[in-house]
Amino acid sequence: MSNKNKITAKQVSVFYGSKQALFDVDLNIAEKEVTALIGPSGCGKSTFIRCLNRMNDVIDICKVEGNIEIDGQDIYDNSVDVVQLREKVGMVFQKPNPFPKSIYENISYGPNIHGIAKDKTHMDEIVETSLKRAALWDEVKDRLDQPGTGLSGGQQQRLCIARAISINPEVILMDEPCSALDPIATAKIESLIDELKSLYTIAIVTHSMAQAARVSQHTGFFHLGKLIEFDSTEKIFKNPEDKMTQDYITGRFG
Amino acid sequence: MTREQRLKKRYAAEKRFRFLGIGAIAISIFFVCLLLFKVFSTGSTAFIKTTIMTEVDFNKELLELGDVKKPTLKQIKEAEFYDVTYKAATGLFPYKNDEEEKGVKTLLSGNYEIEIKNYLLNNPELLGQKVTIELTASDDLDQLHKGNFPRDIPEDRRRLNNFQLNVYDNLVEQGKIGTAFGNYFFFHGDSRDPEIAGVAGAVIGSFFSIIICLMIAFPIALMAAVYLEEFAPKNTFTDIIEININNLAAVPSIVFGLLGLGMLLSVFGLPRSTSLVGGITLSLMTLPTIIIACRASLKAVPPSIREGALAIGASKVQTVCHHVVPLAMPGTLSGTIIGLAQALGESAPLLLIGMVAFVVDVPSVPTDPSTSLPVQIYLWSESAERGFVEKTSATIMLLIGFLVIMNSLAVWARQKFERKW
Repeated sequence: MSNKNKITAKQVSVFYGSKQALFDVDLNIAEKEVTALIGPSGCGKSTFIRCLNRMNDVIDICKVEGNIEIDGQDIYDNSVDVVQLREKVGMVFQKPNPFPKSIYENISYGPNIHGIAKDKTHMDEIVETSLKRAALWDEVKDRLDQPGTGLSGGQQQRLCIARAISINPEVILMDEPCSALDPIATAKIESLIDELKSLYTIAIVTHSMAQAARVSQHTGFFHLGKLIEFDSTEKIFKNPEDKMTQDYITGRFG
Repeated sequence: MTREQRLKKRYAAEKRFRFLGIGAIAISIFFVCLLLFKVFSTGSTAFIKTTIMTEVDFNKELLELGDVKKPTLKQIKEAEFYDVTYKAATGLFPYKNDEEEKGVKTLLSGNYEIEIKNYLLNNPELLGQKVTIELTASDDLDQLHKGNFPRDIPEDRRRLNNFQLNVYDNLVEQGKIGTAFGNYFFFHGDSRDPEIAGVAGAVIGSFFSIIICLMIAFPIALMAAVYLEEFAPKNTFTDIIEININNLAAVPSIVFGLLGLGMLLSVFGLPRSTSLVGGITLSLMTLPTIIIACRASLKAVPPSIREGALAIGASKVQTVCHHVVPLAMPGTLSGTIIGLAQALGESAPLLLIGMVAFVVDVPSVPTDPSTSLPVQIYLWSESAERGFVEKTSATIMLLIGFLVIMNSLAVWARQKFERKW
């Protein structure tokens, strides 16, 4: 019924100092699918997603326990280079954060530092493909030299998605990518996610249950740092097994 | 209390608050204006000098060049000018005795012989002719002409005696007293004679010190700030470093002067009284200020930019060098310039490393002895001659001018390089 697992997380616990934020989470993310993580604020879903590309490393007091494997490789193993990991696992954040540089430089930065582009023409191609995949090309093709920060919020977020896919990752993590956007921009991002799933494995954290229902194939429900229920999106929304999941989905708490 | 009463009270309180604010600003402006007025009214006359039209006879015999047909510049340079200059100076007014002769001669500046010689060297074709040259007047005559010396006090309390006053009045009548641009003030080093003392040595000394201060303090401060802000782990050790940096910024500047004296001069044996040592001492003093400014501007870079760069696989160093530091540049630059402005106005540490010496020559390299602008102000403010009073104020004007320029530069740099995100 579903694709093979791209990411397997086993017994993942995360501590911020003495405070435990995640408790023994077991969760599998299937390849070339969209997996949504839902739950009330502070439930640990963002913490979990940030473990997948080791963005938690930048927080000094954060400690990750358990085992996370991508393609069977433990990403917290000492032999793993975090830069290479992040080349493989891209990320899009809650608030659009384009670099205060031109649109072109925003996209070309990643390929540049990883030495992906062979020459200028190749770089132009990468920029064009990335922007096209992010459905932004037609809107910005005439002003690639203008600052990325001058775009509208929705365009900025698509620029960030284009930036993430410019280095051709295998996984894209999205941490509430639409929470700062209006409904029209949100609709555009959602249809974009739908298109991108044929190429990339996508994990998305969202507050909007409607969004999770629309874009994802699998959904996990977090509460107070625990994964309460994980199943196909259809099952979670139509026939959840846990009472708490049902209450959350029907809007009785959260 | 009724509603209306409360409303009235609130309005009154707001009015009072605004009035106090306006009052505070008005008081500050008043004092700044007072300072500027005092400095300008005293100092503005230092930019012009008084001159005396003097007849000079470039007689070949007097120059002992009589037997040379066509003397070269070198020969003119080595010629004997004593008779020519003596005749020119004493020819200003007829005198009866030695005392009166001295009185006439001292109406000219101490540099008049060199002025006459240079004039001929610049116009060698005038050899053998009688010409009228504008020579710099002495400080006493200068101050008299500018109206700074009262004439109605008893003779023994005046710098100029009655005979000299008489000569002056006579020269004025003949239209021989004039004014000219105060070239000595701008292009000369210090001197015991106020009329030929200038700030060039101090300006160049200050310039060298500031450049050395910038070259040392900026890179060290930037690296320290970047390391502490972006790379250093947060532990007790870095906390102690941070507290100490903040403390250093509050250490009185004279202490850094002692450090410069004890370390740079005594231990490393660097040359005393030089802008090299001055610059190093000032860089020690401004280092904490610039570190704090740099850290503040690094802190102001939004974390989302760092996350964006890290998430795309940039290493920590790439994130910092490509994104964080460039974005922090405006704040870093303006913080540095303000730190340098502080260093430019600093005198206490320089006194201790010997930059308070009396230096006549304008320094040409940082290892030459020199003074700096604030120290020059201090030196001249202690001098008794009336001419140094106006020079002190004029130097203050110059220093304030430089500070205004540097602070405007800081504002400009901030606005020019500021990026929105």
